[in-house]
Amino acid sequence: MKLIADTIRHSYGPLTVLEDISFEVGPGEVVAIVGPSGCGKSTLLRILGGLEKPTSGQVLVEGEPPEGSINPLTFVFQDFGLLPWRSVEGNIRLPLEGSGLKSSEIEGRISNALSRTGLSDFRKALPKQLSGGMKQRVGIARALAVRPSVMFMDEPLSALDAQTRELLMDDLVTLAEGFDGHQLATVYVTHNLEEATRLADRILVLSRRPGRIRSVITIDRPRRERSATDPDIAKQTRELWDLIRNDAAEADRELTSGEVS
Amino acid sequence: MSNNKKAPVSFRGGLLIPRWQRGVGAISLILLIALWQVCSSLGWISPIAAPSPAEIFKALGDMIQTGEIYGHLAASLGRLFGGFAIGGSIGILTGLAIGLWSPARAPGVTIVATLFPIPKIALLPLFIIWFGIGEASKLVTIAFGTFFPMVVATYGAVDNVDRSLIRMGRSFGLSTSAIIRKIVLPGALPGILSGLRISTSIGIVLLVAAEMINADQGIGGLVLASGNLYQTDRLLAGVFILCLIGLIVNSLIDLAEKRLLGWRS
Repeated sequence: MKLIADTIRHSYGPLTVLEDISFEVGPGEVVAIVGPSGCGKSTLLRILGGLEKPTSGQVLVEGEPPEGSINPLTFVFQDFGLLPWRSVEGNIRLPLEGSGLKSSEIEGRISNALSRTGLSDFRKALPKQLSGGMKQRVGIARALAVRPSVMFMDEPLSALDAQTRELLMDDLVTLAEGFDGHQLATVYVTHNLEEATRLADRILVLSRRPGRIRSVITIDRPRRERSATDPDIAKQTRELWDLIRNDAAEADRELTSGEVS
Repeated sequence: MSNNKKAPVSFRGGLLIPRWQRGVGAISLILLIALWQVCSSLGWISPIAAPSPAEIFKALGDMIQTGEIYGHLAASLGRLFGGFAIGGSIGILTGLAIGLWSPARAPGVTIVATLFPIPKIALLPLFIIWFGIGEASKLVTIAFGTFFPMVVATYGAVDNVDRSLIRMGRSFGLSTSAIIRKIVLPGALPGILSGLRISTSIGIVLLVAAEMINADQGIGGLVLASGNLYQTDRLLAGVFILCLIGLIVNSLIDLAEKRLLGWRS
C-alpha cells in the first residue's frame, strides 16, 4: 500500500502547527520526519494514522493491504503502549482477539512474531519484568502480528538508552524489509538525526511552527550497509544538523506554555 | 576540606516507608482486648460502664448455643450483600458512564457531588414511606449509601487509566466495547477495588442504622434491643460480630487484590 498525504494543515484554535504537508510513501520505503521540538511531527504522524483529524487536507491510501492484514495502518509508540496486566504473549494477542482469525492462526502469528523479535523465551513475562529494549521489541512483535501495510513509528527508540538503541536499530532495519515478501511503507518520526540517516530513504525536514516541509533529503545507500561509524552517514547527519540547528535553537528558547506536542 | 582528615559520610537515607509486619496486627488486637480484660478484672472499669471481654464472649457463646445468633446473622448478611450488590453494581456502571461518556459527565459529577454528603440515615423515614417498613426500605438505604462512593471511586479510576493505552487500542482497530473490557476495566480495577473497601464499610454502618427500625432479625436489631434492656454484654457481642463482618469483607478484598492485581507488585 502507498500512503499519500495531501496538503495537510492543522491548527489548535488560533495556533497553526502544520501547514501544507504533502508527500507519499510507497511499499519498501522509509520516510523519516525530523524537525525541532514542537514542530508538529507527532501530530502529523497521528493525522497520517487516522488518530487525529487534520483541520484541512486529507490522507489517502492506495492499493490493497497484504492478505490476512488485520490492521493495515499500524503504530509503534515511544512509550511502547503495553498493557501492564498482560504477558508479552497477551499483549501481542490483543489486536488479534476478535479479529475473526482461527485460534491456530492466532497462535501461529504470535509464535512467529515472538521468534522474529527474539522474544520466544519471554512469552509469559509481564512488561514490568522487561528492559526498555525488550518492551519495544514486544511493541514491534505486536505490530508484525497484525500484518500491517504502513508502519507509523513515533520516536520508537527515544525512551531507550544509547546502547539499547543501537541494538534495536537492527531490528528496525529488519522490520523495514517487511515479511513474507510483503513490503512495508514506513513513516518514522524522530528527533534523533542519526536514526533518520540510518533508516530512512528520504528525510523530510520540518520547519519550526507552523511545521512545513522545508527540505527533503534522499539517502541512496542501502540500509544494510549503513552504520554509525560510516563516514558518509556521519557527514549526512552533520549536514542535517546544520540545516535545523537554528530552528532547534529558536524552539529551545520558546516558552513551553502553549506548546503543542 | 583542605586538610587530609578522613571522615565517613553519614547515612542520610531512610525514606519513611513503613513495612507490614506479619502477625503484628492480630497481636495488637489481642493485646488490646487483654488490657481491657485486665482493667475489668482489677475493677478499674466498672461493670456498669462496660462489661468485660469475658462477659461479652460468654453472651456471644450463649447466643451461638441457642442458635439465636444465626437468624440475626443471616438476615444482616442478606441485607448487606443484597443492598451492596444493587448499589455497587449501579455505582460501577454510573461511574463508567461518567468516566467515558461526555453526556453523562457534567450531570453525573454534579448530581453525585450534591447528593453524596447527605447522611443517608436521614432519608430512612422517607424510604420507609416510599418502600414500606419491610425489607425493601432497608435494601434501598444500603444500596443508596454504597452507590455514591462506588461512583466516585469508579470514575476517578477510569480517569486515571493511561490514555495512551486507549490510543494504542484505537490504533489497532479495537472496538469501543473491546477497549472498555480489555483496557479501561482492568486499568481501573485497582481504583474500583479501593472503592469497594470504602463502600462495604459504609454498607455495614447503614445496615445497623436501617435495622434499628422494625427489625426483629438482624445484628442491628439485636444491638438496639439489647441496648434498650441495658444488656451491654449482648450489645457489645453484636458490635463484635459487626467488626468481624468488616474484617472478613476487608480480607476478601485483600484476596481479590492479590489475585487480580498481581501485575502491580
